[in-house]
Amino acid sequence: MFPNFPIWPVRAATSASNLDALFIFLLLVTGTVTIMIFILVTLFALRYRHTIVEKPTPILGSLALETTWSLVPFGIFLIFFVWGAVLYFQERTAPPDSMEIYVVAKQWMWKLQHADGQREINELHVPVDRNVKLIMTSQDVIHSFFVPAFRLKQDVLPGRYTTLWFHAIRPGTYHLFCAEYCGTQHSGMIGSIVVMNPAAYEAWLSGGGGEGSLASTGQKLFQQLGCGSCHRSDTQGRGPNLVGVFGKPVLLEDGRTVVADENYVRESILNPGAKIVAGFKNIMPSFQGVVNEEQLLSLIAYVKSLQGSQQAEPVSNRPAVPNTSAQPRVK
Amino acid sequence: MATASAITAEREHYLNADYGFRSWLLTTDHKRIALLYLISITFFFFIGGFFALLIRLELLTPQGDLVQADTYNKLFSMHGQVMIFFFLIPAVPAVLGNFLVPMMIGAKDLAFPRINLLSWYLFIIGGGLMLYTILTGGVDTGWTFYVPLSTAYLGTHVVLAAVSIFIAGFSSILTGLNFIVTIHRMRAPGMTWGRMPLFLWSNYATSIIQVLGTPVLAISLSLVGLERMFHLGVFNPQLGGDPLLFQHLFWFYSHPAVYIMILPGMGVVSEIIPCFSRKRVFGYEFVALASIGIAVLGFLVWAHHMFVAGISLYSAMVFSFFSYLVAVPSAIKVFNWTATMYKGKIYYSTPMLYAMGFIGLFTMGGMTGLFLASLGVDVHVTDTYFIVAHFHYIMVGGMVMAYLAGMHFWWPKISGRMYPEAWGKLAALTIFIGFNLTFFPQFVLGWTGMPRRYHAYTPEFQVLNVLSTAGSTVLAVGYLLPMVYFLWSLRYGKEAGDNPWGAAGLEWKTASPPPTYNFEETPVVTWEAYNYDDLPKEVPVVG
Repeated sequence: MFPNFPIWPVRAATSASNLDALFIFLLLVTGTVTIMIFILVTLFALRYRHTIVEKPTPILGSLALETTWSLVPFGIFLIFFVWGAVLYFQERTAPPDSMEIYVVAKQWMWKLQHADGQREINELHVPVDRNVKLIMTSQDVIHSFFVPAFRLKQDVLPGRYTTLWFHAIRPGTYHLFCAEYCGTQHSGMIGSIVVMNPAAYEAWLSGGGGEGSLASTGQKLFQQLGCGSCHRSDTQGRGPNLVGVFGKPVLLEDGRTVVADENYVRESILNPGAKIVAGFKNIMPSFQGVVNEEQLLSLIAYVKSLQGSQQAEPVSNRPAVPNTSAQPRVK
Repeated sequence: MATASAITAEREHYLNADYGFRSWLLTTDHKRIALLYLISITFFFFIGGFFALLIRLELLTPQGDLVQADTYNKLFSMHGQVMIFFFLIPAVPAVLGNFLVPMMIGAKDLAFPRINLLSWYLFIIGGGLMLYTILTGGVDTGWTFYVPLSTAYLGTHVVLAAVSIFIAGFSSILTGLNFIVTIHRMRAPGMTWGRMPLFLWSNYATSIIQVLGTPVLAISLSLVGLERMFHLGVFNPQLGGDPLLFQHLFWFYSHPAVYIMILPGMGVVSEIIPCFSRKRVFGYEFVALASIGIAVLGFLVWAHHMFVAGISLYSAMVFSFFSYLVAVPSAIKVFNWTATMYKGKIYYSTPMLYAMGFIGLFTMGGMTGLFLASLGVDVHVTDTYFIVAHFHYIMVGGMVMAYLAGMHFWWPKISGRMYPEAWGKLAALTIFIGFNLTFFPQFVLGWTGMPRRYHAYTPEFQVLNVLSTAGSTVLAVGYLLPMVYFLWSLRYGKEAGDNPWGAAGLEWKTASPPPTYNFEETPVVTWEAYNYDDLPKEVPVVG
């Protein structure tokens, strides 16, 4: 599975192919210039060695040359910059149709939660040819989710969510490494990404779980914690109605507008006074220390599931089994 | 030192002007302070090097079998802290800069001789605390002290290490301050800015960074200490803090610090290449201004260490752009050094071999930096061995090569003795080969995905790791050689004479070793820097 002495990592995602193209371009350009400099230094050292040169030729400099070797590299750098920035933009912008998986990192393991309820540790099963978005946070220190075969890496921070997305193109098992030094067992915080054919993936999905979807777990928690007594699904509640809120702009009491994304929902649970919705009072207690990272994620999944429906209790509008015919993002 | 002075006792110079520990520990002579620094940083270099060898030995096999995980984490943390704060940053400025800045401008000493001594004492206090930290169990924060790991999750001597670096930082600030004032106020008559050797320009640029950047390091380390002891909440998200704030503060100093380390080395190379090409440096103004350009732009690129840390897409683009911009002056320097050799009369003396090695290795370090400045590619290679290889090509391949080039070039001036030339060449070659064998495989390791700071690794990375470890032993031998023959030369080396290289520059117009006040009378400069056209075309001492 892992050939000995690799000099090129496996390409298992669209992001890897895109990055390799730029990497090869960089190798060619910088390699050429480096070799040119090596040749010049060696050539000058031999051609003008003291035993064969009687007298050095005085040369002060050349404005033309200086201008050339300032502007030409700068022009080449601009190409590197633009290409790299476009690639980064693609790497960082998940397509809207991505299936979402939640990641909680801790010293020294990866906990992964699928929307349909499957939980994994240090191993992530994903289907090939689907856009997958990871929503990640850490329970303790900073970690970094690194999959060399996808050429992707994203730090995982405590106290907020960072995201990463990929589109795997090749079934197989690939390394998952922690790339940010995180204490004693940093080098042991490794796992695998298992990319599966759609059929195998469905078989795997139906084999595990049984606890119900993440959103339904969140819904139970929502009820246990009594959130529903204020966040009612009509307009009479003391807290904002959460139906259809996720992903939409929210007008705040101080006149600002924020988009209700994962980080906003998280903050509103842990530090409710930070951004009060216009028309409401700062009366909600903080749930810091009451809910853990995984429970927070299930609450967020529940809030997400309340999309646009006017019913009081819609749990999930997500199909129980991922729709394998979804359009892959082709680039 | 006493042995050298005993032989050349007929003439009074800075080494034999006074004897005894007191005369050294209370000296205000910039040359003696330079030697105090030389001894101190050499000590720390070998400590840091010892840690590096243990790291490489551990990585010989994929399993974590030589030392335990915690020990390994301490090894790379202390390797980084010792090498960066107690060797690389002071190396050229505090040793060669201290010795040469006053001599190159025709002054008797630095502007503040006692502050110069104070800065050495601060260095020793900081260094002593670092040694105490190491001996009482060490620290495992990495050299980067990232929070919240360093503030809440490690039980080692984090505060002690931070205090040690905090104190050493003031030594660096004071040296920078001294250089800036000296270069502004104490130049000999006729030594205009446009006639200053490029070594001074690069040390001036370095000093600006030291004075402006180091206080921010002091602030960020203080905050780590306070957060750790009193739970301030500046960085802790549970208390409303932001761990990324620490990274911004840390890299605001620590990226410019890279230029503190490399700029003086560039200055050394700018002295040596013209001397052994018997030619004026090509494009003097451009090389001089490139140093200033690097110092200024160097302050605008810090977040390129944070492209995967969770900063916004658009700020990342700004930092990527500036990172490419700062690469332009470095490229200008490389082209000008190369062009200086064109139609010269080139001598392959040891300093020149190191300088040519510097051009090659620094170019490779710089070129791989272009990969890292490219946002998309950085995402894959950052925090892997690609980064480790890249900065070692700059710091060790560039800076240490330049430092050794300078030590060989000015050793005759410092000691009054020649080192054995054949051994010098052998060491230069050994270091060049050992270095490439150690660090080139790490580029491939990083590209294929091996993360840095790994105590154990997956088996497919073993072959390249074995190569790297093998290289490190060659490198270690290469570094021990100069240590041995420099000491040997103090007693047995040939007398150097005032100017064995036939070099331009005021420091060569006085005796070797120089008298305590450098010049018998204040020189008056009427010529441009690197006036090799007016000097003899031969290097008097050819190895």
